[in-house]
Amino acid sequence: MVGGGGGGVGSGLLENANPLIYERSGERPVTAGEEDEQVPDSIDAREIFDLIRSINDPEHPLTLEELNVVEQVRVQVSDPESTVAVAFTPTIPHCSMATLIGLSIKVKLLRSLPQRFKMDVHITPGTHASEHAVNKQLADKERVAAALENTHLLEVVNQCLSARS
Amino acid sequence: MAAAAALEAVAPTGALWGLVHDFVMGQQEGPADQVVADVKSGSYTVLQVVEALGSSLENPEPRTRARGIQLLSQVLLQCQSLLLEKEVVHLILFYENRLKDHHLVIPSVLQGLRALSLCVALPPGLAVSVLKAVFQEVHVQSLPQMDRHTVYSIITNFMQTREEGPFVEELFEVTSCYFPIDFTPPPNDPHGIQREDLILSLRAVLASTPRFAEFLLPLLIEKVDSEILSAKLDSLQTLNACCAVYGQKELKDFLPSLWASIRREVFQTASERVEADGLAALHSLTACLSRSVLRADAEDFLDSFLSNILQDCRHHLCEPDMKLVWPSAKLLQAAAGASARACDHITSNVLPLLLEQFHKHSQSNQRRTILEMILGFLKLHQKWSYEDKDERPLNGFKDQLCSLVFMALTDPSTQLQLVGIRTLAVLGAQPDLLSSGDLELAVGHLYRLSFLEEDSQSCRVAALEASGALAALYPVAFSSHLVPKLAEELRRGELDLTRGDEPTKCSRRLRCLQALSAASTHPSIVKETLPLLLQHLCQMNKGNMVAGTSEVIAVCQSLQQVAEKCQRDPESCWYFHQTALPCLLALAVQASMPEKEHSVLRKVLLEDEVLAAMVSVIGTATTHLSPDLAAQSVARIVPLFLDGNISFLPENSFPCRFQPFQDGSSGQRRLVALLMAFVCSLPRNVEIPQLNQLMRELVELSCCPSCPSSSTAAAKCFAGLLNKLPSGQQLDGFLQLAVDRVEAGLSPGPCRSQAFTLLLWVTKALVLRYHPLSSCLTDRLMGLLSDPELGPAAADGFSLLMSDCTDVLTRAGHAEVRIMFRQRFFTDNVPALVQGFHAASQDVKPNYLKGLSHVLNRLPKPVLLPELPTLLSLLLEALSCSDCVVQLSTLSCLQPLLLEAPQVMSLHVDTLVTKFLNLSSSPSMAVRIAALQCMHALTRLPTPVLLPYKPQVIRALAKPLDDKKRLVRKEAVSARGEWFLLGSPGS
Repeated sequence: MVGGGGGGVGSGLLENANPLIYERSGERPVTAGEEDEQVPDSIDAREIFDLIRSINDPEHPLTLEELNVVEQVRVQVSDPESTVAVAFTPTIPHCSMATLIGLSIKVKLLRSLPQRFKMDVHITPGTHASEHAVNKQLADKERVAAALENTHLLEVVNQCLSARS
Repeated sequence: MAAAAALEAVAPTGALWGLVHDFVMGQQEGPADQVVADVKSGSYTVLQVVEALGSSLENPEPRTRARGIQLLSQVLLQCQSLLLEKEVVHLILFYENRLKDHHLVIPSVLQGLRALSLCVALPPGLAVSVLKAVFQEVHVQSLPQMDRHTVYSIITNFMQTREEGPFVEELFEVTSCYFPIDFTPPPNDPHGIQREDLILSLRAVLASTPRFAEFLLPLLIEKVDSEILSAKLDSLQTLNACCAVYGQKELKDFLPSLWASIRREVFQTASERVEADGLAALHSLTACLSRSVLRADAEDFLDSFLSNILQDCRHHLCEPDMKLVWPSAKLLQAAAGASARACDHITSNVLPLLLEQFHKHSQSNQRRTILEMILGFLKLHQKWSYEDKDERPLNGFKDQLCSLVFMALTDPSTQLQLVGIRTLAVLGAQPDLLSSGDLELAVGHLYRLSFLEEDSQSCRVAALEASGALAALYPVAFSSHLVPKLAEELRRGELDLTRGDEPTKCSRRLRCLQALSAASTHPSIVKETLPLLLQHLCQMNKGNMVAGTSEVIAVCQSLQQVAEKCQRDPESCWYFHQTALPCLLALAVQASMPEKEHSVLRKVLLEDEVLAAMVSVIGTATTHLSPDLAAQSVARIVPLFLDGNISFLPENSFPCRFQPFQDGSSGQRRLVALLMAFVCSLPRNVEIPQLNQLMRELVELSCCPSCPSSSTAAAKCFAGLLNKLPSGQQLDGFLQLAVDRVEAGLSPGPCRSQAFTLLLWVTKALVLRYHPLSSCLTDRLMGLLSDPELGPAAADGFSLLMSDCTDVLTRAGHAEVRIMFRQRFFTDNVPALVQGFHAASQDVKPNYLKGLSHVLNRLPKPVLLPELPTLLSLLLEALSCSDCVVQLSTLSCLQPLLLEAPQVMSLHVDTLVTKFLNLSSSPSMAVRIAALQCMHALTRLPTPVLLPYKPQVIRALAKPLDDKKRLVRKEAVSARGEWFLLGSPGS
């Protein structure tokens, strides 16, 4: 589903070699409520953001948070209704990595959220040239499954999801 | 005489011949050591050994010759210092000649030359001769590894002191062909040589002389430019090492290329190690250039080098959002940190630029980046001290820097404020930089920041730290501008208290107390803040204020912080002690008096938590006293408790006598905790008056069943004193007293639990100092594990034995605490615990497991690892124990073992997976978290062992993803994420 051929990962040339970088937010402070056995903590936007903010960018040694590709304000979540929507913003409108980034976010959420959740990962409206096409691919369950059968793609996704050494 | 000596020397040579024969012909190794020892002791000379070897050195069989030379070389390696110059010359000629011999002989010949290369008595010219012979006769590159190593040792030995002139290039070639080292030790390598060893040895040779520079530097540049990470790192580190011996002469031709390579690496790398090594190399290069002594007419390459760096980096500093801003700042700071000259050169160029940029950018996050860079450069100035006040390079920028910092301190962005505070502290640390006007402004800002709200916690903490640091340097400014304001604030707080409380005012009082203690870093300030705090406490005790427990505790915490700061200065320490202790004791005694109308607050002072806070103030104010001052104090405080002598208390008109040990009132008895805090913190050599009586009273009180907290305090106090007493009759007497009391108390009756507590604390006191009686008491304690009534308490007692206390029996309080006591306790008692577990009846088994868990949990993991095979089955059983404490402690024991001993653990993978997954749905949140952390740690086991479990685990871990607690979900997410990556491409 990601355009093969040149310009991809590992070709050596960066599309955006000197991007803007943003500060990382610290660890979420632990509250007294979170330490209380009895009080249930609902899944909120910050929790979803914490899942995806440390995903590595496929072409920079930086996280999606540092590149401002993901932001907490672009996470919508409803725990009772079991829905999550994440909008991400590619660094440049022609970014060929957009699908790959979306796929990484999607896979991270699939691995980290309870099965009851319905998840929607899409491009922040108006920030990418092929926004519609990319969104369509990300929403297509079969295509996502097929993409993860592809060893090369799975490898790149796993790298994005691995903890930074 | 001479003849007799000669005879004596000749006499045992028969034995020498025997030894030599056994070594050479008999192929025995032992005789070599004997010969070496005899030569060392002077029984034989080296010459005699050569004579004894005689024919074997010329034997036609190469193996025999090799054996003969081997013996001689072994002797020389140990005894080369005994050689005379004449002997060295002969031996070198002999060995050089032997280099032409059969290849079997060569290793021993090289060993002999290595021994000779260590000789101090080596005549000039011979080093060249040896090296010439080695390079002429032997093809070094094709020797076995061991022998190549010997050749390099010979070279290194010569290099350290001697001439290598004629061979620089040859030497460089035979050594540099291994650079960079690319070696992976074979499995089961008997030599145990690690890649790192080779890298360091080769680096030592390459960086040993400036004469290699012209050959080495191009090689290093080439390798830094290569694609291989390890080659880059090794080259940068080698360059760093070279700078220690190089000068401008060696570097000058290569500076532009070196800079280009380092810059590229730091700008482009994704590896923090490459960045760090690149910066370190740049630092060393600059230091080397700064250090070189120049001829009067020579050009100084430092200036042009630094100008180059500035030219390539400065424009990036003007783009505070861009990726290259930080690498550029780091490069400039690495160079500036190398010498005062470099620092001046760079900061005088960069500071004006950054100051201008700060004003050009208006966004807080950009300003923060710029200020952080400025801070980095300012910090570098602290490294250099300037003799002449006018020469200090920051003087010219002072006003601009101050106004910029004050701007940052009032910015809405917390992040910018934070950097502003740190910058202020660094500016203040520059001697004579800030004027009194600047300081007054700074103190005003710090006052304001000390009262920031909860959401700017980090800023407030930073402001308090800065206050502390600056108050120590500028006590007058803080005394005149901060302390009066805080005193006023505190008075307002007292008024609020009398009127009843509002939460915001309460937190404002709290902040005021913290600000007072934070600024108490100078003796003169303590003399103002301590009376304020004590007075505040007295006011709260006056009766008409509604002060809660937390209010009083807050004052005590501030007092404790002031006491901590006073510890550094003996005079302040005594001031605090003699001011605060009588006041605190007077308040406490007052509160313990029976009265018709008990004010609420007076009871507050006797609450356990408040007493604990006062205990910590008294302890901190006592540990650092000098023995003679402590003796003055002990002569007042012990009589206060034993005889009710209240004369030294500031307010001492009480309605009745203070007799905590005799009186029936529980209020007075509770104050024994304060006595404990004091006597158990005294230096060991301070004599305690009326010790016999005191110890008897303490034992008596410890077994008194009426009030658990005072009997525990008495037991702790007794144990604390016991621990410090020297061995001898007195100690034995007290021990007997305690043991008798414990045995009497443990028999069925009302004070079993008190007797147990005394036993526990006395045991701890003895375990810490390795007292012989401790094993006997520990056995008694272990016996109680199967006691139906005391069993669970005995199990928890093991936690107390193994942990560090905060109030008594602490190292800070001069207790005798042997560093290995936990290991020793483990070795002495774990076998018995394990045995006890197997022998115990089902209903008390958990007590043994719990006791064992406590012991294991506190043990340093490296000590535990070797014991693992014997304990593992028990730990696995403990996982099935229903007690949460046992589960938690067992999990936290297994988790590091999974990380450190995956091979052993993988034998039990089936059990581990099942039990961890079971525990991940425990009702206890802490157990669920620990179980999931263990599931995560399991991924460290060899992947093939885990793969069969992967689908099952991933399915099972879906459940805790929906745990009601966020902290559990977080662990589940990271564990499940790791299991997904197992055996998957790209991980």
